[in-house]
Amino acid sequence: MTDISQTPAAAPAAKPKKGSLFEQDARTKKRNAAESRFKMYGIAAIGIGLLMLIVLVTNIVTAGTGAFQQTFLELNVELKEDKLDKKGNRNIEDIKKVSTFGYAPLIASAIETEVQELGIQTDLSPKEMGKILSKAAQAELRNYVIANPDEIGKTVSFRFLVNSRVDGYMKGRVTRESIANDKSITVAQLDFVDQLRDAGVLYKAFNPDFIFGSDASDQRPEAAGIGVSMLGSLFMMFVVLALALPIGVAASIYLEEFAPQNRLTDIIEVNISNLAAVPSIVFGILGLAVFINYMHLPTSAPLVGGLVLTLMTLPTIIISTRASLKAVPPSIRDAALGVGASKMQAVFHHVLPLAAPGILTGTIIGLAQALGETAPLLLIGMVGFIASNPPDGLVAGFLSPNSAMPAQIYEWSKRADPAFYERAWGGIIILLIFLVTMNTIAVILRRRFERRW
Amino acid sequence: MSFVKLSASALAIAAVSATTAAARDQVQVAGSSTVLPYASIVAEAFGENFDFPTPVVESGGSSAGLKRFCEGVGENTIDVANASRAIREKEVKACAENGVTDIIEVQIGYDGIVFASDINGNSFEFTPEDWYKALSAQIVVDGQLVDNPNKTWADVNPAFPAQPIAAFIPGTKHGTREVFEDKVILAGCEHLGDFDVYKAANGDDKKAAEKACIALRTDGVSVDIDGDYTETLARIDSNKDGIGVFGLAFYENNTDKLQVATMSGIVPTTESIATGEYPVSRPLFFYVKKAHIGVIPGLKEYAEFFVADEIAGPDGPLAEYGLVSDPELVKVQEAVANETVLGGGS
Repeated sequence: MTDISQTPAAAPAAKPKKGSLFEQDARTKKRNAAESRFKMYGIAAIGIGLLMLIVLVTNIVTAGTGAFQQTFLELNVELKEDKLDKKGNRNIEDIKKVSTFGYAPLIASAIETEVQELGIQTDLSPKEMGKILSKAAQAELRNYVIANPDEIGKTVSFRFLVNSRVDGYMKGRVTRESIANDKSITVAQLDFVDQLRDAGVLYKAFNPDFIFGSDASDQRPEAAGIGVSMLGSLFMMFVVLALALPIGVAASIYLEEFAPQNRLTDIIEVNISNLAAVPSIVFGILGLAVFINYMHLPTSAPLVGGLVLTLMTLPTIIISTRASLKAVPPSIRDAALGVGASKMQAVFHHVLPLAAPGILTGTIIGLAQALGETAPLLLIGMVGFIASNPPDGLVAGFLSPNSAMPAQIYEWSKRADPAFYERAWGGIIILLIFLVTMNTIAVILRRRFERRW
Repeated sequence: MSFVKLSASALAIAAVSATTAAARDQVQVAGSSTVLPYASIVAEAFGENFDFPTPVVESGGSSAGLKRFCEGVGENTIDVANASRAIREKEVKACAENGVTDIIEVQIGYDGIVFASDINGNSFEFTPEDWYKALSAQIVVDGQLVDNPNKTWADVNPAFPAQPIAAFIPGTKHGTREVFEDKVILAGCEHLGDFDVYKAANGDDKKAAEKACIALRTDGVSVDIDGDYTETLARIDSNKDGIGVFGLAFYENNTDKLQVATMSGIVPTTESIATGEYPVSRPLFFYVKKAHIGVIPGLKEYAEFFVADEIAGPDGPLAEYGLVSDPELVKVQEAVANETVLGGGS
């Protein structure tokens, strides 16, 4: 900078240089040095950025991959008729009267039988042995019996989840030392787990329920999955796409192609940029006040979440759409108008198709932004124990309470059991996969279809 | 353009589906984040054992939950509010103004509040007096009120190690803070006799003296945590001298990182809290809108299921998770069955 401003002032005074181009004088050297220094700074900046990304990604991957695996125990359970169907008439209403608590003895005696068959020596009582299993096992068993009442009286093979402490032990998070003060598991139970593992009936395996399942209560982190909140996110994205894209594109086409340039459009323009910078939590408060309290839309519903995120995504889409409309050269419009097209025909037949790749890219980036947004969802009731029922049908998907992926991750990170922490990281991996995919699609679309003039 | 048509129809669908918001078929609960784990355990078991869908439990805090509860009667309002404190007179009035008159109060049990520090650090045996002397803004030294001079725990009580005082206590928006102030700081203040000094200094005004007792020092020794217990745990992780205030259930899930301090010689367990030996505990509640019973399917069944022996009893899953079972659960069950509302009568 200083060199440039000084040189012209100094130039007339100095005599024309005799030196060759291959010989650098002091000033050139200085300029070249400054340039290479700047390059170094640039490389260092990229290096720091990359390093942070690597640290972040390794952190996420090491902490989160555990969530995709879960420890299972194979068990043959005898569905005893005297416990499940005392009248013996296979009446479904009578079978339903046995609550999940009534299934605990079945599991305990199944473990006892299995231990005898495998020849495992242990001092634990059947009830204590049963406690290494997840509480979700009883529910799984009950659901199976209600779905297949004809199986009562038979022995059926199951693969049950074990509880979060045992799973943590298999993953190395829980050790014999760390459970010294723990009331929910004993060293003897861990010894028993070792014996079952050596016998080959207790093992770690890929757990699809983490990706497709529903949230579970604080007592069963092992059974919690992100699937239902993924559906919640999906329905929200439908709403955002269906509203933000047409509104955003219509607004930008009008502003860019039809609107007169006056003070009013200037104000609108400035305010769209302002809107893009508004913190997302503000949209959450707005959503609560307008959509829930005033319009009486149901709380926790993906429809409301989608409406709030639409407000947030609109400016992103408008700004990128206007930029891509502006990038279409005026000669195209002029040519269309010149052969007698109306202004609307020129815009819709020629300008818009040429701008479409840019619009799509902007939309996808806007959607990705909305997908990762948590703050506004806190205020419209999407955080808590919400994502427990998969929606049954399209309307229910929009209207019945659900969470969203980032909200679910936030909720898991708050819960007491450290096993939820692992699931929060696992959820982050899934969310990141979605975001990376969406952004990659945006980049590919831009590369493939965008035309430069 | 088909694209325009498509978006127009999508808009129309969104508008129509919004207006035909069908009758709600699941119970909606909101409120205290302390009650949330218990409520979610019950909701899950309820969904599994009944033909009703699993109730939805939102968090957000006792006050926020009760505020939403009192917004009115109808499908757009929540059916149950969880609270880690009893409903206030003011809130009952606000409810009544919005037409929420018949409220069923259900006490589900007690929550213990424990003091815990890093597992590898010093262990402590506290009394309320120690906490008062460590954290109160002013204490009495030789009959005079002075700004709290204590820097280490050894200054507070010679029996303690010379570890700097660093307390992570719940912020003022938490219900836990009130219990901490009442049952620990104020109790210590009264025990030591400092209360009388404050009272004399405030012209015999009892309220002002109480306020002065529980005013905590602001020199950075005591840190308010506005987030959840996970944040308190993270603070202790980074400052090994720190001592934090936790719920019993949270501590029991993190015994590999935390060691619990005794209070007045009693180790906090569900048993010692149930008998009342361990002094720092509080009741937990949920409130049911009577007008919604019979309208929202499964509401009464949910309330009854919550306090049933197999759930809230001493051997139930809630006690296993850390809830201290209410010794008078039978009375609670009766009250729920009879739909006894607040403010006498039935």
